[in-house]
Amino acid sequence: MIAETGQFALVLAWVLALVQAVLGLAGAARGSAGAMAAARRAAMAQFAVLLLAYACLTAAFLRIDFSVLLVATNSSTRTPWFYRLTGVWGNHEGSMLLWALALAGWQAAVAGFSRSLTAAFRARVLGVLGTVAVGFLAFLTLTSNPFERLVPMPQEGRDLNPLLQDPGMIIHPPLLYMGYVGMAVAFAFAIAALLSGRMDAAWARWSRPWTLTAWVFLTLGILVGSAWAYYELGWGGWWFWDPVENASLMPWLMGTALLHSLIVTEKRGAFRSWTVLLAIGAFSLSLLGTFLVRSGVITSVHAFATDPRRGVFILGLLALTVGVSLLLFAWRAPRLSGGGAFAPVSREGSLLVNNVLMAAAAAAVLLGTVYPLILDALQGAKISVGPPYFETVFVPLMAPAVVLMALAPFLRWKRDALARVLRRLAPELGGALLLAALGVWAAGHATPGAFLGLALTAWVVLASLRLLGERLRQGAAPGLAARLRGIPGSWWGMWLSHLGVGVFILGVTLVGALEQRLDVKMMPGQAAELAGFRFVLRGVSEVPGPNYTAQRGEVEVWREVQMLTVLAPEKRAYFRSAMPMTESAIDWGVFRDVYVSLGDPTGDGGWVVLLFYKPFISWIWFGAILIALGGIAAALDRRYRRLAQRRASAAVPERRPEAVAEAVR
Amino acid sequence: MTARGKRLTLILAALALLGGATTLVLSAMRDNLVFFHTPSEVAEGKAPFGRTFRIGGMVVEDSLERLPDGVTVRFAVTDTAKTIPVVYRGALPDLFSEGKGAVVQGRLGSDGVFVASEVLAKHDENYMPVEAQHAVDQAQRAAATLKP
Repeated sequence: MIAETGQFALVLAWVLALVQAVLGLAGAARGSAGAMAAARRAAMAQFAVLLLAYACLTAAFLRIDFSVLLVATNSSTRTPWFYRLTGVWGNHEGSMLLWALALAGWQAAVAGFSRSLTAAFRARVLGVLGTVAVGFLAFLTLTSNPFERLVPMPQEGRDLNPLLQDPGMIIHPPLLYMGYVGMAVAFAFAIAALLSGRMDAAWARWSRPWTLTAWVFLTLGILVGSAWAYYELGWGGWWFWDPVENASLMPWLMGTALLHSLIVTEKRGAFRSWTVLLAIGAFSLSLLGTFLVRSGVITSVHAFATDPRRGVFILGLLALTVGVSLLLFAWRAPRLSGGGAFAPVSREGSLLVNNVLMAAAAAAVLLGTVYPLILDALQGAKISVGPPYFETVFVPLMAPAVVLMALAPFLRWKRDALARVLRRLAPELGGALLLAALGVWAAGHATPGAFLGLALTAWVVLASLRLLGERLRQGAAPGLAARLRGIPGSWWGMWLSHLGVGVFILGVTLVGALEQRLDVKMMPGQAAELAGFRFVLRGVSEVPGPNYTAQRGEVEVWREVQMLTVLAPEKRAYFRSAMPMTESAIDWGVFRDVYVSLGDPTGDGGWVVLLFYKPFISWIWFGAILIALGGIAAALDRRYRRLAQRRASAAVPERRPEAVAEAVR
Repeated sequence: MTARGKRLTLILAALALLGGATTLVLSAMRDNLVFFHTPSEVAEGKAPFGRTFRIGGMVVEDSLERLPDGVTVRFAVTDTAKTIPVVYRGALPDLFSEGKGAVVQGRLGSDGVFVASEVLAKHDENYMPVEAQHAVDQAQRAAATLKP
């Protein structure tokens, strides 16, 4: 019965989404308060009903109900309960249900926590979101029914893909989906602005916390995915420029551009059409990512099934979304033009360059990702675009963006002189170059790439410190603590995120320049040396697991005469599959990771062992965490909450003290 | 500068940036495209020397041997018509095994041995790499047309 309840809930959710879409859009157009209120309640109900559907599927997994096809193909009686819980989204149908649930969650949040929006505007946003939900729920029920029954019911299930049986998989998909789907909210705000023809500072202030929240989820989702690839795939890499990774990076780049464009729309009323276009772009790339990952055109751990109908359906949704929103844009955007004029060298100018660079980077990644697919479809030619392409393109596009990122907060709005700012920042600029030169000399690794990376890091960190210093000196309040408290959340967000980029670049540079790898055959008792560490293979023994047996190696890690730790990399054979699975062992550290993974047995009692020395790799994660913290700080800015208390009067843009201070500076 | 002049400067600067980015993308694309060749094409000398490319097919049964250093392996990849010997130094991915599909990336040595820099890992044991399937299909289609 549980599966049927879930399926019924799914259909009901589709109907509710349809009601919400129609009542929301029509209600706003006709100014009918009753219809608009009903759209809001429909959004809440849709969320509740999808929550029920999701709970039904989870219950089927927890009760090991093999009469449900999805449960039989993605779990077994020996799968531990927590992997049965995550098995719900470790497959195509379940993960799409999670997608729909996340979308419903965002809709309910808009319906519940947007008291500052005018009723008509909120109804439009809900109407657009409802339309998106109608499309996705149709996709779910028509092509990817998670509640399909299996007759006759098998005695044992096929178990979850072993690669997905990992703690990282518990949080990676929900985070990433909240990010992907959250871009739909930014999109809905943009479309609602086009529909109403109203897009002012108040609009930007409504839209920004939602966009920021989605962007934080996306950032964290990518971070967890990257860390998972690093420790789970056993190859020591943290980013492979795999199409699936690119699929998440593209909306992130667009989302980043959108956040910056929104600043200009809020503070200066400019960049309006551009902001709308970026919001459409970010959501379209989220949909494209879903298509790439879920259609099976790309083979990876994320592509669960290759049913062409699904690919065509998502592609149709994508074409419809892009087509309709661009048509609407072409029709209505001319009304949005205007805003404050500004000189090329100004805060606006720097943000525009940031936007162009981010969008260009996203386009370059898009080209490298889909070009092989297009060529294959058109000519049947098989090619691939490897990491060297992405690195060659990405670094020259991002390096100027990073240089500008540290500089831009010192620029004035409207008009500034580059010479003035450069003169002020000369000590930081010189200091950065000097530190980078010292750094490559100390590391004994004088390559242009390492120098560039260190110089960028030093530049970002020094400029950030200077920025904080100036900000504190400028405050009117007496005492350092009071001045620190006086700085608004959005400023802290900018500062933390920019600093995080610097930390991230440091990690990328140092691990790229100084990492060492050794593939070596070891007999039990034998030792190998790498980067000043001595590794001794004690032996390899068989260890039983719940749904696998593992060959577990014991590797002592020595530094001079001191034993640091004993690492236990495994080669697991899951009962479900004949293929082995590598489980690496890592000694995590702030300044270096020591990473051991087991290769193949050599047949004579020895093993191929992979040894890695990874200096500063954790700084990649630290940097990403700082970037996400920045997003959280900005989303929690007091002015968004203050606005929430003052309902409809938000139509009049207020003059805030910070804005005045910034304009004066 | 007039408002129109400013706008023009901005648009020109943005266009210059985009132009630069496009040039960068196209040249990087030209230098880093990795083409795919079937073992038959390699045997016919259609594959480029001194450039990285990919071959795909089935790993020949009993062809996997480990050299004395314990880390370097030799194996052969076939599309059922032609067979190419491959040498690779490093740990093989989990889902690599004889009789299964595989895709390897590397360069062709002058002795006709393919020196692999990467053996592509696939994430699911039921899955046949698209390129490997493509190579086998090509060879079988060629064989079918040759028969009287």
